[in-house]
Amino acid sequence: MKAPALRLPAVIADRASVAFLASLAVVALVAPLLNLAVPESSPLHLSSYAVGLIGKYLSYALLALAVDFIWGYCGILSLGHAAFFALGGYAMGMYLMRQIGTRGVYGHPVLPDFMVFLNWEELPWFWYGFDQFWFALVMVALAPGALAFVFGWLAFRSRVTGVYLSIITQALTYALMLAFFRNDMGFGGNNGFTDFKDLLGFDLQSDATRSALLAATAVALGGAYWTCRAVLASRAGRVLRAIRDAESRTRFLGYRVQDYKLWVFVLSAVLAGVAGALYVPQVGIINPSEFEPINSIEVVIWVAVGGRGTLWGAAAGAVLVNYAKTWFTGALPDVWLYALGAMFVGVTLFLPRGLAGLLPVRSRDA
Amino acid sequence: MGGSRSRRATVAGRAARVPGGRRLAWLLLAACLAAHPAAAQTGDDEFRTLVGELAGANLRQKEEIAGRLLATGHGGVRDVLTALLEDRLFEREDDGRVFVVESNEEGLATFQLLDPATLADAGTIAPDRLDRIITNNRLRRFLRTGIARFDSSSPDAGVRLEAVRELLRSLDDATLDLLRERAAVETDPDVAFEIETALSVEALDDPDPGVRLAAVERLSGRLNPVVHNRLSALVRTTDDGGFAEPDEAVRAAATDALWQIDSRRNVYSVLETVAFGLSLGSVLVLVAIGLAITFGVMGVINMAHGELMMLGAYTTYVVQLWMPDHIGVSLLVAVPAAFVVAGSAGVLIERTVIRFLYGRPLETLLATFGVSLVLQQLVRTVFSANNRAVTTPAWMSGALRFNEAFALTYNRLYIVLFALIVFALVLAVMRYTRLGLDIRAVSQNRTMARAMGVRTEWVDAMTFGLGAGIAGVAGVALTQLTNVGPNLGQSYIVDSFMVVVFGGVGNLWGTLIGGMSLGIVNKLLEPFAGAVLGKILVLVVLILFIQRRPRGLFPQTGRAAESV
Repeated sequence: MKAPALRLPAVIADRASVAFLASLAVVALVAPLLNLAVPESSPLHLSSYAVGLIGKYLSYALLALAVDFIWGYCGILSLGHAAFFALGGYAMGMYLMRQIGTRGVYGHPVLPDFMVFLNWEELPWFWYGFDQFWFALVMVALAPGALAFVFGWLAFRSRVTGVYLSIITQALTYALMLAFFRNDMGFGGNNGFTDFKDLLGFDLQSDATRSALLAATAVALGGAYWTCRAVLASRAGRVLRAIRDAESRTRFLGYRVQDYKLWVFVLSAVLAGVAGALYVPQVGIINPSEFEPINSIEVVIWVAVGGRGTLWGAAAGAVLVNYAKTWFTGALPDVWLYALGAMFVGVTLFLPRGLAGLLPVRSRDA
Repeated sequence: MGGSRSRRATVAGRAARVPGGRRLAWLLLAACLAAHPAAAQTGDDEFRTLVGELAGANLRQKEEIAGRLLATGHGGVRDVLTALLEDRLFEREDDGRVFVVESNEEGLATFQLLDPATLADAGTIAPDRLDRIITNNRLRRFLRTGIARFDSSSPDAGVRLEAVRELLRSLDDATLDLLRERAAVETDPDVAFEIETALSVEALDDPDPGVRLAAVERLSGRLNPVVHNRLSALVRTTDDGGFAEPDEAVRAAATDALWQIDSRRNVYSVLETVAFGLSLGSVLVLVAIGLAITFGVMGVINMAHGELMMLGAYTTYVVQLWMPDHIGVSLLVAVPAAFVVAGSAGVLIERTVIRFLYGRPLETLLATFGVSLVLQQLVRTVFSANNRAVTTPAWMSGALRFNEAFALTYNRLYIVLFALIVFALVLAVMRYTRLGLDIRAVSQNRTMARAMGVRTEWVDAMTFGLGAGIAGVAGVALTQLTNVGPNLGQSYIVDSFMVVVFGGVGNLWGTLIGGMSLGIVNKLLEPFAGAVLGKILVLVVLILFIQRRPRGLFPQTGRAAESV
């Protein structure tokens, strides 16, 4: 059976990748269709709430993908990836805040509401440029990327590995959380940013915009998946796996381990930032609690539940765990933490390869 | 209603007949306290009537009545006025009589009434049948001064000292006469010193520049805030460009004296910062010692460590529920109880989860994090999500005062002491007991230890239990510092890991020095950077420090270090 019309690039031509990308495409097409084209009376109609929820899950999936990329393939367990996610989210939030313009509570043409409230006279320098969408997009990648570069450069150069690296990434996100809680940082203190109006002129409350954001998130997730696969299929990707399996040996063979780790860490941070930037307009709020150390740990759980070192498993894990969270907190709020805790313990004890390990499909590079 | 209105009218009428109420009261008081304390003994009934007048009086009249009460020289005056000051003086609604209430603590079903003159038992009553006799700031100041006058002749030197300090805040002629008389008979050097301070402060107003100069020189370096205020008033310029103090020599001496006071205060404030830092450091050491064992010795990343502390804190709460009449000893009972509770929880966690994950530190991190979520929710189910109140025993409150500028609260002192005791015990267990020997053997070379007949499985469980038990003990200490709630543990987890990593994994001394130095650095930064920014700076410095020395302050050396 041949499909001569469609030739997928070799790096995503395996069965798992095809299945993953195909289901992404289906979600990206069908969810907006059921929301926009099917009348509300029909049982097939998908509510706007559900569209927002799916979009949120997909941005979480992108974050999980970023974590799995470095944990599953390079052995770097980051417990601070929510920090990169939140930084990307804040960059997008700053753009959205400036788009509010005179529609804020105080109606100031330039200053966001919280600055007027704090009696600030003019915009701080680091807010310049955020009225331009392209600038915000650059910062979405640059802010987390630069932080990851500095942090990773210091950490990998001095060979901080394993548990120690995990602990200082926790400290990193904790320090950022404390910093963003401060009002005089210029990022809205503990209230963060909210009350967004529109993005590129499209109303964020409208169903069409929500559907478009969902589709954009799905495309970003697919693109990120492809990028990661491409990196892993290259020679560098093989070095990464060598580092994961035997770091010292790789170093003795003459590879500059710290350089490989640094670049893969930065790439992963940028992906996390993009996920955050897609998350914020769909959820409508960003505040410092996104930096909480516990959030980063939860991301690792999504990856572990889905299956570490498969990429698609991580994404699926994020969606599954978050769906379970939504369902539990709605139906049985008291049971949710028990369930989540049991999931952590159960998966580490009984499913070291996650749910992906239960499936017959084999990832080529696991 | 009608009855009370008419009574008020009578009192108002009587007060109106007293000319210049307040001044007269002081004169009477000065006369009988300073000259003949026992001369104007008043009978109990007369005293009761006078106290009863407080019920209908307005605030100004209350002040005047309080002055007359002081003038009676009756033995119950101090108790009645203290009760008025502490809002424990009530009017009974039924008959308008005034009583002292033993305790007006919130939540009491009945109040114990005491007769104002004799403090004899006068029955009990429901709080809603009583009207509190209200006071304002002005009246309270008057009462405090009045009580201080009374106390200045107390046989207890400590009471006299506090009384003189109180009087120093509001000096007037009558007070000064009293103090001069006390100065002649005072034997306690501290009290005599404070009286001298008061008289010197008064001498600053003397018309003779020589007397003023001598007074300024005597006051040099004295830490009482009143002294500082008065001296700075001397060197201040007035509106017309001159100085408040006309004599230049006195001004120069005052500037010098102020400099002396400021430099002494600076020394004490540095001491205080260091003491604060030590107490914060002790908290960090306490929460990190358990982790130093589970993480440092066993290599297990126990994310449930904070929740084991939470178990210890809740154990304290339960112990206090069991023995509500013995709050004083409840903390001491809670320490072993928390050790047992948290320790058994630790052994249970080790046997059911962790033992399957040895050698996979990142997986233990995830699994124990799951355990921590379950424990949190368990506590929410059993005790509800609200914070629980743990009572502070009386021996923990109060402060150790060294002088006017330097005091340490007892709870800070005890926490330092407690941390050091726990540390010494853990060190002793590790060094001198069979268990400690086994733990060290297993952590250094598991296979060899097993070959020598050590039951490694049992040692693993006991080690984890020991670490968990110490976390529980730390939880008892935390009840005195923070809210006891389901989130108690989470807030300490990053801090405690940082202490262990900073000090050097597997080194208990490193944990002690690491915790103490982090505490002090944190407190030293606070005045310059603010509490939050200071903490951020410490975290950033720690992250950078780990880059320089990835194995902490005191790294493990030798073969064991290779496998970590």
